[in-house]
Amino acid sequence: MSEFRMPSLGSDMEAGTLVEQSVAPGETVKRGDVIGAVETQKGVIEIEVFQEGVLDKWLVDLGTTVPVGAPLAMILEAGEKPQEALPPDTEPLPPETVPTPPETVPTPPDVDPVHPDTRPTEPDIAPSPPEVPETTPPEPTRAPPEVPPSPTVEPDSPAPEIEPFPEAEPPPSRMRITPAARRLAAQRGIDPVTLVSASGDVLTRRDLEATPPSKSSPVTTDFRAAIAAAMSRSKREIPHYYLSHDVDLTAAEAFVTTQNAGRPPTERLLLGAVCAKAIATALKKYPEFNGHYVNDQFQPSKAVHLGFAINIRSGGLVAPALFDADSQDLDALMLSMRDLTARVRAGRFRARELSEATVTLTSLGERGTDAVFGVIYPPQVAIVGMGAPRLRPALHENTVTARLQTTLTLAADHRVSDGSRGALLLRAIDAQLQKPETL
Amino acid sequence: MTLSQTATALAEELYKIAPDIDLDDIDRSADLREEYDIDSMDFLNLVTALGKRFQLEMPEADYPRMQTFDDFAAYLDEKTS
Repeated sequence: MSEFRMPSLGSDMEAGTLVEQSVAPGETVKRGDVIGAVETQKGVIEIEVFQEGVLDKWLVDLGTTVPVGAPLAMILEAGEKPQEALPPDTEPLPPETVPTPPETVPTPPDVDPVHPDTRPTEPDIAPSPPEVPETTPPEPTRAPPEVPPSPTVEPDSPAPEIEPFPEAEPPPSRMRITPAARRLAAQRGIDPVTLVSASGDVLTRRDLEATPPSKSSPVTTDFRAAIAAAMSRSKREIPHYYLSHDVDLTAAEAFVTTQNAGRPPTERLLLGAVCAKAIATALKKYPEFNGHYVNDQFQPSKAVHLGFAINIRSGGLVAPALFDADSQDLDALMLSMRDLTARVRAGRFRARELSEATVTLTSLGERGTDAVFGVIYPPQVAIVGMGAPRLRPALHENTVTARLQTTLTLAADHRVSDGSRGALLLRAIDAQLQKPETL
Repeated sequence: MTLSQTATALAEELYKIAPDIDLDDIDRSADLREEYDIDSMDFLNLVTALGKRFQLEMPEADYPRMQTFDDFAAYLDEKTS
């Protein structure tokens, strides 16, 4: 028997709200299965299990906010019998074994659950892998949980104005609400449960817009708070240095145009994918920019899991990982980018994607500025910025002509690398972009 | 103002991408990407969705004819008639 715990989905996360239980008690799970979804400051994130077994029971009700590390569910290893023959809907375990907040006062998902003084553990290390299974032998006695007891909902916090999930009836398995509406609800501090759809059975953004904003709605969103926390930590801890380098994209653009002629829209490439591939390829030779800085030590990563900064329309930014960007071919990487962007825009991505990026690419797109200087996302050690590609006067074969150009930048961690290596990395990316057909 | 079938389809697909922008608030003869704040990935998704809907190839070479809402709708009209 082991506990499945609220994973840490990035260094800036302290708590999350269970919003989906996709696996029912008694169902078999295997490594990598999505068993539920958690709402965090960054949106709804699917959580995966890292072990084989059978889901014994959920320890946390839908709509309940618990800190990182708190047990969410119990998983039986294959062949193991449940410890007690508890019907699945009985009260959760006694309070000394289950450090979840009291059920009677579930924090609504929109209330900031974070307390400076109840920070669970140093959230540095990417998701405390649930495979460190504090395996409790199937005896009647239980080992005491390692996690500190979770903060109970603070007594002096203003009483939430909005009804939390109703207790009487079992919560719906999934609220029928569009992602845009869900985000807007979160921003406005509205619990969607309290709303009725005007148009039918699915709550839309329009329904939300018709609802007057709640008085207590925080102007600064949770999202902003999450970004602020991560970026403050970055600037506090990481000695950044910056480089910039102008790169000619004429060859890369021509390559994309040639490739796309005759391709249906579903198979078309974007210049951004070519650049991502060039960066991932170049990083292979410069491992000191790809990995995590944890416990005063740099741990390089073999694979390049390229964090790809994606802005969210309603405000905010996430940089989930394109896994193995170095070993995927260009077409596969492009599909990954499309898939990831679509899921992020829909407010839904996977836990691993948030915590396992090893380096980040930030690009402001065609309507951005000439250059963007990034802030490193801890525990990563580098961020590559790509400015808006535009025609600029440039010297080409001894003549000044209009060439499609951009400015690449690098912000990197001086604890791990120096400017001379950073310069070589930017030049290597440049070189890759001059021969896109080899990518 | 009533929209043609293609313009309605275009508006619907744009709403999926940019639900926060109202067609009534945009300048239909101005740059679509500016008006809707969409990037190249959004634009590709828009082209993909409309290509599927109307069984059109919508080659990149035609992108210059899809730069504003009105031009885009006219392009779809021409290709579907």
